[in-house]
Amino acid sequence: MRKLLISTIVLFTLLTMIYSCQSADQVKQDIYYTNGRDYYIKYCQNCHGAKGEGLGALAPPLTDSVFLKENKQKLACYIKNGMSEAITIHGQKYEGKMPDFQTLAAIDIAQIVVYITNSFGNKQGMYTLEQTSNDLKNCK
Amino acid sequence: MKLNFSLPLSFLFALAIFISSCQDTKKLPILGPREAVSVKNEDGSMGVDTVYQTIPAFRFLNQDSVYITNDQFKDKIYIADFFFTSCTTICPTMHRNMKTIFEKYKNNPDVMYLSHTIDFKYDKPSVLKKYAQKLGVDGNKWQFVYGSKDSVYKLAERNYLVAVMEDTTARDGYIHQGWLVLIDKQKRIRGAYDGTDPKQVEQLTKDIPVLLAEDKK
Repeated sequence: MRKLLISTIVLFTLLTMIYSCQSADQVKQDIYYTNGRDYYIKYCQNCHGAKGEGLGALAPPLTDSVFLKENKQKLACYIKNGMSEAITIHGQKYEGKMPDFQTLAAIDIAQIVVYITNSFGNKQGMYTLEQTSNDLKNCK
Repeated sequence: MKLNFSLPLSFLFALAIFISSCQDTKKLPILGPREAVSVKNEDGSMGVDTVYQTIPAFRFLNQDSVYITNDQFKDKIYIADFFFTSCTTICPTMHRNMKTIFEKYKNNPDVMYLSHTIDFKYDKPSVLKKYAQKLGVDGNKWQFVYGSKDSVYKLAERNYLVAVMEDTTARDGYIHQGWLVLIDKQKRIRGAYDGTDPKQVEQLTKDIPVLLAEDKK
């Protein structure tokens, strides 16, 4: 009986340890997400809002998951070089100019993209530094 | 005996203070410089009165290309600020917060808003109109006005006590403070709130009814 009890406890502890142990990738994504949030508050929030709700027809919301998914390769370029082309989000046309953020490094942009694409109802997972550098090379 | 008498008395005294302090109606301070002038009382004797600084007469083009003056704000309280449409730093936050207040008092004709642009080169009335529409503001409760650099900058610094300036080293070309200035029906400054700070904007939202109640008496 005593043996059974001890082995159950040991087994339970082991299972809990394995369960609570996150994969290295998940840890990395969480770090990106948290850092990305800091950058978001500093550079993006004044126009796009604390909840990604945008500002009237001046700044688009970041809640359009379909747009963000379809344009994921372009997001890094939008942040780095700004944006002057008109876009349609949730059926509403936005034609204001978005300023560029040339001072941001690729890693900063990667973190911002991870934050945005995993907040405000989006859930796109990781966006690595390699992907970011690659996408930045292909900016128009 | 002495103690027995003083204890209930002091208790009574404290109670009296407590009750009277509760009845004090809250009043907003009057801000800005002031001066004392001698005035003649009704009975002919001389007395001293305080003259508070008021917002002087102005005349600006609004978003509909119509000249507006102080008359537009006669018998209204209003919130004034300084911004420019291409501003990417504090202005979006200020106007996001101001819009929330705007929506809250949409049906109260006594509350108005006055946004001055400090970008005298680019923010012509047509640009302001477009900006207002995009912000989702219509009607004449919220005026967006354009004026010469001289007139707007002087008004900002001398009367609304908001620092504004052109700065070629700044990213957007201008720098300014984000105060939302609360003006009463006598054109005096009754409050200044940082339009980028949610706590101070909250305070402004609370202070508007206080100011409105004061004028009703």
